[in-house]
Amino acid sequence: MSTLATALAQIEAADLKNIEAAGSAGFAYGLAAIGPGIGIGYLVGQAVQAMARQPESAGQVQTTMFLGIAFTEALALIGFVVFILLKFV
Amino acid sequence: MTVDVNRENPLLSRFEGRSPAMQVGIDIVKRGAIIAPVAILVGTLIWGTDGGASVALGLGLILVNMWLSAWIIDVTARISFAALAGGAMFGFLIRLSIISAVVISVRNVSWVDLVALGITIIVTHLGLLFWELRYISASLAYPGLKPGAGLASNDHSTSPKESVSS
Repeated sequence: MSTLATALAQIEAADLKNIEAAGSAGFAYGLAAIGPGIGIGYLVGQAVQAMARQPESAGQVQTTMFLGIAFTEALALIGFVVFILLKFV
Repeated sequence: MTVDVNRENPLLSRFEGRSPAMQVGIDIVKRGAIIAPVAILVGTLIWGTDGGASVALGLGLILVNMWLSAWIIDVTARISFAALAGGAMFGFLIRLSIISAVVISVRNVSWVDLVALGITIIVTHLGLLFWELRYISASLAYPGLKPGAGLASNDHSTSPKESVSS
């Protein structure tokens, strides 16, 4: 316990700030990826249900689904880019 | 393209032939190849040669991402609708991991400008999607009209084929 306390005491304020910044950036990226994950899951689930119910419109549904996935993924990419810019620039 | 309908378990229905997602994906890659020289030139003018190289890297990442997304959907749709759902979800995870790994691994390379790379990733991804969306929405709303040569390959109609298999 005393060893841990000694190690913590040796961490300088600047290092602590860097650690917190890295943790915050990673946390932000994680949060930014959760939303699109849920969105894509819901989107694909509904699209599969629609294709199973109406196979004749499966082509149109799949086209719309693909574009929906790509647009939803843009949110995750924006989160990733913000993470990269915050962390490394 | 046809849909092999399984009435006993609709989730086991599957596509036969090339899926529409692959057509859209290839269309987007073609459009990306068209704008690539202009994007690299603009990147070079704004951020210098490093910026131009970073724009090229970002554009390449996005095009590979789009193609991979379409390919995963194309392959899994031929297996079953259930596999399509799984492929879409794990595809998202895999593609995001690939982009993260590439960008993080090149972040310290001398010719990489992270600002240029980041802006390119966002702008080209959204720009190409909106460009493609213009054609897709037109073809979905007015199936009889094909306003432009780009629509020639955008016939998204399907013909269901009954095959009840256990």
